[in-house]
Amino acid sequence: MKKNLRKDLFIISKLINDKEKILDVGCGSGNLLDFLLKTKKAICRGIEISQSGVNDCVKKGLSVIQGDANYDLDDYPDDAFSTVILSQTIQAMIFPDTVIKNLIRIGRRAIISFPNFGYWKVRKDLMLKGKMPKNDILPYEWFDTPNIHLCSCKDFKIFCKNNNIIIEKFICLSEKGIEMKTNYLSNLLAYQVIFCVSKKNKN
Amino acid sequence: MKSLIPIDKLQIKNPIKLYSGEYIDSCEVAFKTYGTLNKKKTNAILVCHALSGDQFCSEINPLTKKQGWWNILIGPGKVIDTNIFFVICSNVLGGCMGSTGPSSINPQTKTNYGLKFPVITISDMVKVQEKLVTALGIKKLFAVIGGSMGGMQTLEWATKFSNKVNVAIPIATSYRHSAQNIAFHEIGRQAIMADPVWNKGNYYKTRKGPTGGLSVARMIAHITYLSERALQRKFGRNLQNSDFFSFNFDTDFQIESYLKHQGTSFVERFDANSYLYITKAMDYFDLSAKKGGLSKVFKNSNVNFCFFSFTSDWLFPTSETKTIIKSLNSSNSMVSFVEIKTDKGHDAFLLEEPEFHATLKGFIQGQIGKHEI
Repeated sequence: MKKNLRKDLFIISKLINDKEKILDVGCGSGNLLDFLLKTKKAICRGIEISQSGVNDCVKKGLSVIQGDANYDLDDYPDDAFSTVILSQTIQAMIFPDTVIKNLIRIGRRAIISFPNFGYWKVRKDLMLKGKMPKNDILPYEWFDTPNIHLCSCKDFKIFCKNNNIIIEKFICLSEKGIEMKTNYLSNLLAYQVIFCVSKKNKN
Repeated sequence: MKSLIPIDKLQIKNPIKLYSGEYIDSCEVAFKTYGTLNKKKTNAILVCHALSGDQFCSEINPLTKKQGWWNILIGPGKVIDTNIFFVICSNVLGGCMGSTGPSSINPQTKTNYGLKFPVITISDMVKVQEKLVTALGIKKLFAVIGGSMGGMQTLEWATKFSNKVNVAIPIATSYRHSAQNIAFHEIGRQAIMADPVWNKGNYYKTRKGPTGGLSVARMIAHITYLSERALQRKFGRNLQNSDFFSFNFDTDFQIESYLKHQGTSFVERFDANSYLYITKAMDYFDLSAKKGGLSKVFKNSNVNFCFFSFTSDWLFPTSETKTIIKSLNSSNSMVSFVEIKTDKGHDAFLLEEPEFHATLKGFIQGQIGKHEI
C-alpha cells in the first residue's frame, strides 16, 4: 500500500496518530486518506476541486466533497478536525493567507507541504539560465502554471511569525524525497518542505 | 389510464396520521420491486420518484409501454445493479399510479376523494414508504436514492429514519422549496384550477378531466426542468413544418410543438388533482424549519451521504445543495458531494450523464465495502 503513496505523503502519514480526525484539502485521488483510513483508522474527510479526483475518492468509499479550498473552507466550524492537511497545494491558492488561517481554525493543527522556492537549483535556474525555474514538482511553463503563490521556506517562516502561527514541526525533503536534517542551510538545500503549524493560545 | 394490469399493493390497516393532523383510512401503497432480497435482507435500495414519476423505475413501464423513468440507471449490470440489489420503488401517497390519492375512492363516501383528500407532505409520503419497507421485512435499507422530489424524500428518510438507512443519495434537490420554485408550482396549479372542467376537483365523472389546465401546468414545469442553453441547442428558432411563418397561432416553432407534446402526453398518464396535492407537498417541504435548523436535523447522523447537483440546474441549483453540505460538515457527517458539468438542466438526473453515472457507481461500490450486504 505504501508503494502507491507519494514519498512526501508517506512522511506526512507518519505524523498522524491513530484514530485522528483528518481533513485533506486538495486530496486528489484520495491516496493519502485511504492510507490513513487503513493504517491509522483515521476518520477521513476530503475536499477536491477536480471531478475525476472526487470520483476516485468516492470509489474508495471516502467522504469527499467537490469544492474549492479558496472559498469553501469558511463553511467548516472551528476545531472540527484534529489535523488538516494541505499537501503541494498552497502555492496554487488564490488567497493562501486566508487558507492557512482557515486551516488552523478548522484543525487543531495543520500540515502544509510545498515546493521550496529557495532551493539552490531553483535559484540557479533563474540566476544562471535567466529562466523561470522548472523541476519535477514545478513542471509547468510560466504561462500555464497553476502555481501563482510560490514561496521559500524562509518566506513561510516569516509569514507564521507575523501571523502568530506556531511552527510545531519542520521537515525538509531532498530531491529524492528523503528526509534531511534541518539547519540554517535548509532554505537552500530543501527541495520540498513540510510544516506542522497551529494557532497560538490554544487550550 | 386505469388499467387491467395487476399492480402490487400494500394495504395499510391502521389509519395513517398525517402531518396536518388528519387521517387516511385504509391507505394503499402501490409498489414495484426489481432483483431479489437476500436472506439477511440487507441489500434493499429504496428509489424515490419525482413529481411526475411512478413506481416503474426500471424495465418497461407496463402502462405506458415505455422504458421506466430510471431504466438508464437501474437494472441487471447497471449502476444500481439488480443482480446485487433489491430495488423497491413505490408510488407516492397522493399519486395516481395505484397509491391512495385524490383520484382514489374514499371508503367513507364510496366516491372519488377529489378535494376531500387531505393535504399531504413529503414527510407523510415517507411515512407510508416506511410502512412498506417494514412490511417487506427490511430493518435497514442499504440505500435511499432519489432526484428532485425523490431527493426530498431521501433527505426526509435520512433525518426521520436515520437508523434505518445506511446510505442516502439525494440528487438535484434541496432541503426546502425556494420562493421561485413555489411560484412556478402555483402557476401550474392556477392553470389547472382555471380549467372549467376541473370543477373544484370534482371531475372524475367526466371523460377526460381538466386536460387543458394540466397540460399547461406540465408545459410550464417542463421549461424549469431544462436550461436556456439546452433549449437553444435542441430547438433554437427552428420552425416545425415549413420554412415560413404561418401568421396564425398554430404551431410555428419546434419548441412550441415539443412543449405541446410534453403537455398532451402527460395528461394521458397523470391526474390533475394529484398534481395539485404533490406540488403542494413539495412547496411545504423545509427541513430547516424543524427545531434547531438544518444542522440540528443531521446531528449525530450515521448515514453516509452522497449528493449530486448539476451546473445548469436552475430549479435546484448547486448553491442549495451546498447549504446542506455546510450543515452536514458542521455536524461531522459522512458526506460526499459532486457537481456534474452539464447543460441539460434539472432533468440531467434522468438522462445519460456519464460522469454522474460513473461517480454514482463508484460511490455505491465504495459503500458495498463498508456495509455488509
